[in-house]
Amino acid sequence: MGMWWMAFRLALRSLTRNKLRAGLTVLGILIGVAAVVAMTALGDGASASIQNQMGALGVNLLWVFPGSNTSSGVRGEVGSRPTLSEDDADAIARELFTVQAVAPVITASAQVVLGARNYATRVTGSTPDYLRVRAWALSRGSPFTEADLRLAARTCMIGETVRKALFDQGDPIGQTVRIGRMPCTVVALLAPKGQGSFGQDYDDTIVMPITAVRARLRHTPGREVDQIMVSVREQDLMARAQEQLTALLRQRHRVADGDENDFMVRNLQDLMATLERTRSTLSTLLLAIACIALLVGGIGVMNIMLVSVSERTREIGIRLAIGARSADILAQFLVEAVTLSTIGGVAGLALGVGAGTLLGRAMEWSVRFSPTAAVIAFATSGGIGVVFGFFPARRAAQLDPITALRHE
Amino acid sequence: MNDRDTVIKMERVEKIYRTGELVFHALRGITLDIRAGEFVAIGGPSGSGKSTLMNLIGCLDRPSAGRYLLAGHDVSMLDADARAFARNRLIGFVFQGFNLLARTSALENVELPLAYRGLGAKERRRRAIESLELVGLADKLNNTPAQLSGGQQQRVAIARALVTDPKVLLADEPTGNLDSRTTEDVLALLQRLHREHGLTIVMVTHEPDVAQCAERIIVVRDGLIGSDGPNPTPRRAELNTGSSSPLLAGSA
Repeated sequence: MGMWWMAFRLALRSLTRNKLRAGLTVLGILIGVAAVVAMTALGDGASASIQNQMGALGVNLLWVFPGSNTSSGVRGEVGSRPTLSEDDADAIARELFTVQAVAPVITASAQVVLGARNYATRVTGSTPDYLRVRAWALSRGSPFTEADLRLAARTCMIGETVRKALFDQGDPIGQTVRIGRMPCTVVALLAPKGQGSFGQDYDDTIVMPITAVRARLRHTPGREVDQIMVSVREQDLMARAQEQLTALLRQRHRVADGDENDFMVRNLQDLMATLERTRSTLSTLLLAIACIALLVGGIGVMNIMLVSVSERTREIGIRLAIGARSADILAQFLVEAVTLSTIGGVAGLALGVGAGTLLGRAMEWSVRFSPTAAVIAFATSGGIGVVFGFFPARRAAQLDPITALRHE
Repeated sequence: MNDRDTVIKMERVEKIYRTGELVFHALRGITLDIRAGEFVAIGGPSGSGKSTLMNLIGCLDRPSAGRYLLAGHDVSMLDADARAFARNRLIGFVFQGFNLLARTSALENVELPLAYRGLGAKERRRRAIESLELVGLADKLNNTPAQLSGGQQQRVAIARALVTDPKVLLADEPTGNLDSRTTEDVLALLQRLHREHGLTIVMVTHEPDVAQCAERIIVVRDGLIGSDGPNPTPRRAELNTGSSSPLLAGSA
């Protein structure tokens, strides 16, 4: 152990004598490690926020949209044919044991007015189960009821953004706002959900009984819906539920075998996986760049260690002459290389944390630093020192004392 | 001759250098004995093989043939690490170019051989100070070589050689880089260490004037011992009064 401690002190002394050179050498490793740390932090942050946002959309969510209309060979956009109805939603809830809750949804845009203030927002018409499907809590009040649904009652739950626009600090519960031309009582305030993955504001909405929206805002007869949101009991049942749901709707819509579905089912898990894949591709790419920086940094360390060995050939000769074994010399230069690169690693860690935080703040990305990244940075830089320091150190250790002593 | 008194014993030692096709016979059969307490000068013209002999005596190199016993141990076949061990325990080196570590204090330079021996810091320091006192540099412990004169640097080197309590002090042209006045100082120091502490000294030099300070003179010629015998005209090196008074400190 004495050998290593001595080597470490020699390394520190040698490095402090060549501060500028040591600093420049360390730059490559510093940048590499900083990049790794910043990237992992941003990547983990992005991952966490994707999961958050997906969670905000709803729990184990299947999303059913109407299919497209094809007339005279021209295929219309999704939803151009009203193929989904509240009856489908009822059937799903009734017949699929894998399903926990079902909410048929229609939407409308409307101007909301309170006194002198007004605000344009999206009105969602659904059933009380909507809150369960979206895993949406209430900050205040209580949801509209099945009775409200049957009576097409003019009750509404408002999102946080809408509340801010209309009420400032006042309590909205029990107040009457005008939605379009319909006066409507606020029965509940939805808990804030924040921003979605594509920048939309989840809280900029009003939720009402589907019957009321249909009758008073959409003015459409029948029971067609824009979408059906389905919450599956367990994540593991998602695929099964999707299959059953597809089979059920095909049967109900009398889609012949071999024909295309007249509806579409979106699985949030799939969407999330896609986002996650994009993120991880990007991370891998950046990691590769960081690795190249580390490699270049390592070569820099090797280069400067070779210079150092040849500069100090005479010193090595003196040490050998007075009794240093080749292992002592190897230790001296190896420890110097490891110390050098570890200093780079630690500085890189600091820079990475700083840069990650600043970048995260500037771009409003979430950043998550893990201790693992710090350990990896430390180990990587130390490892680089060992790998790239070994060759120069061995060259020093294998010097012949006589030749080394004669070296000018 | 009592073997226990024999510090250096060489029997028909040869050294052959091969560079590709070229074969160079640097030493062609050296046989010599040096006993404890001797002060021997090894001379000879350049190219005679005296440096090669010096490297072999110092365990810096291995003979190609023959046997070399250092303090009773056969060191002729040792590997590099074992030779390093032998250098650390048995030999003290003094070089022409001082060979001190730059930007390192006199004290640390002297401590260095003990550090490679694995001695604790306190013990190292105590012995290094003792050794520096012996060469009259007790007041220069923290000076770096750049802050010392040539004579002082060589005295630090001698202190470094002595700190391990070696069987033999091996001096390679110890005065080659010094002016005549300092040369006398260093020679006087070596003579005093030899006289008062019974130190065995082997000094390689090509200057007859310097060789005269030894008791025995060996001359190497063409890789063989040309002559070997007591110094017929021993000379006592003259201390320069005043500047070198610390050298006298130990003789009282």
